[in-house]
Amino acid sequence: MITFTNVSKKYDEITVVDELNLSIEDGEFVILIGPSGCGKTTTLKMINKLIEMDKGEIHIDDKNISDINGDELRREIGYVIQQIGLFPNLTIKENILVVPRLLKWKEEKCDKRVHELLELVGMPYEENAMKYPNELSGGQQQRIGVLRALAGEPPIILMDEPFGALDPVTRESLQDELKVLQKKLHKTIIFVTHDMEEALKMADKIVFMSDGKILQVASPEEMLANPADSLITDFMGRHAVTTEEQYHDLTCKEVMFKELIFVSETEKPLEVASKIKKSDHDMAVIVDENAAPKGVVTLDLIKQFQQADKKIVEIADTEVEKVSENKLAKDAFNQMIKDNKNYLLVMDDKNKVTGLITRDVITNSLARLVWGDMDWAL
Amino acid sequence: MGIIAFLDQYGVRLMKAILVHLQYVFISVAIGFVIAFVLAIVLSRYPKLSSIVIPVLGIFQTIPGLVFIGVLFIYLGMKPITVIIALGVYAVFPILKNTYTGIINVDPELIEAARGCGMNSLQILYKIEIPNAMSSIFSGLRMSTIYTVSWAVLAAMIGLGGLGEFVYRGIETNNNTLIIGGAVPAAILAMTLGYLIDLIEDKITPRGLKGGR
Ligand SMILES: Nc1ncnc2c1ncn2[C@@H]1O[C@H](COP(=O)(O)OP(=O)(O)OP(=O)(O)O)[C@@H](O)[C@H]1O
Ligand SMILES: [Mg+2]
Repeated sequence: MITFTNVSKKYDEITVVDELNLSIEDGEFVILIGPSGCGKTTTLKMINKLIEMDKGEIHIDDKNISDINGDELRREIGYVIQQIGLFPNLTIKENILVVPRLLKWKEEKCDKRVHELLELVGMPYEENAMKYPNELSGGQQQRIGVLRALAGEPPIILMDEPFGALDPVTRESLQDELKVLQKKLHKTIIFVTHDMEEALKMADKIVFMSDGKILQVASPEEMLANPADSLITDFMGRHAVTTEEQYHDLTCKEVMFKELIFVSETEKPLEVASKIKKSDHDMAVIVDENAAPKGVVTLDLIKQFQQADKKIVEIADTEVEKVSENKLAKDAFNQMIKDNKNYLLVMDDKNKVTGLITRDVITNSLARLVWGDMDWAL
Repeated sequence: MGIIAFLDQYGVRLMKAILVHLQYVFISVAIGFVIAFVLAIVLSRYPKLSSIVIPVLGIFQTIPGLVFIGVLFIYLGMKPITVIIALGVYAVFPILKNTYTGIINVDPELIEAARGCGMNSLQILYKIEIPNAMSSIFSGLRMSTIYTVSWAVLAAMIGLGGLGEFVYRGIETNNNTLIIGGAVPAAILAMTLGYLIDLIEDKITPRGLKGGR
């Protein structure tokens, strides 16, 4: 357990961390988040005494850190920085073993540890141990950065925007790996980010800081539901609107696919197939002259029948269920799942087709609930 | 006079001169290196102070070698130590400057990462700072060595041998062959030593610090 008691830090009379009180349980994944310059890094570095506080106390398991030698304290606390900071003059193995060597582990134990750690992130020893940092990709380097922090088996790991410099895909996979690692290893992790998405995804507990003070400490769900300050709401932006209650209120109109392909009843299957292929979807809606729906045809159906001379309406699925635009999305989803349908047509009050709900729509809506609004590639 | 004839006549003296020359260079560069290295590390702990001290040392460097060796000669007399001190002093500066710059320019993120791992300052110095400053240290060493080879020619001025003897004798007697016979081996010596230093550097530089940086 880590406890901050009235911790303050000043630079030239400017207070950058102000009377901070916070406690962190063993095994917790805590995220420090807030605007640039709010004191996240300073707070983090006071834990391993890279920065000395001016006032207050930090205890780790009843031990006041001011009674512990800084170098020794840091060997017991893992530390990962955004710039990775792997030592270019050392091999991957030597980089990972920096702390165990400082702790004077026996060579055998060191060797075993490197194997075990590289295994953990799926980078085989034979292939990677003797490489140098400049021979790895950015994502691989940051994995090694994390392993270096884990190597000495510290119960606590500090991470300062560790994935900030990575491309989104790599970042996401490292986030997943870290989450799995943490579950497996039960480390206490204190993680700085200014990416709310990352915080919501990873944290057990989010600490929102502003101007050196804590504005709110809460679980991701609670922070989404009840942000304590308008600044937090701003920060959460798109995430904030997708609280669970609001999700319950979403209508079909708000979730459906709108860019439909309409074809007339008399079109030939091959024409329809080529239209569908040019779109992002795998189906088209068949309508009559009055834009009233006659059915839905999917690429699969066309392939199945392979009858080029027929009219499209003859092979279409004409028994499609319809829902009104204003119906609650969750009811529509329920209906679809109950009737084991793959799609529903969404109608406006003039009985015109305005959209389509498919299983993808359900998935995206759920994803949006969890991750917030994104440009989902449909 | 052809090369063969030249060697026939002066070969033994030339060999001896080269050996004496090499001795001066080795001893003075070695002493200069130790002094420069230690001083650079001390100075790198005090960058503010160093921004004054190093330029001042640089000014001393501009005193002509001839003057310096002359002054030392007056106090110490015609002994090899006079030459070695003079050359050693001149060898210090390039190594000092480059070592200092190399250490100061090690990425602060690396130092921070090293501190974060729990290294103390001494460990950071020899595990991180010096290895990462190596290429800069080597270019200082190369520079000092090459300079020293040419400055060592001055040793002959106070009658202490080396390749300079040929050059001075040649000037005195208006014998171009002798001048060239001293100057060319000196140039070859400088190039060879420079090349050897490059080889050593290449040998001891880890792959991670080579290329692309
Ligand atoms: N060595 C220093 N001297 C003076 N001021 C400093 C120093 N280090 C940090 N500060 C100031 O302290 C404040 C907090 O800095 P800190 O690095 O903790 O911010 P942060 O929340 O980590 O920001 P970011 O998200 O940009 O990394 C900033 O206003 C910064 O300018
Ligand atoms: Mg920061």
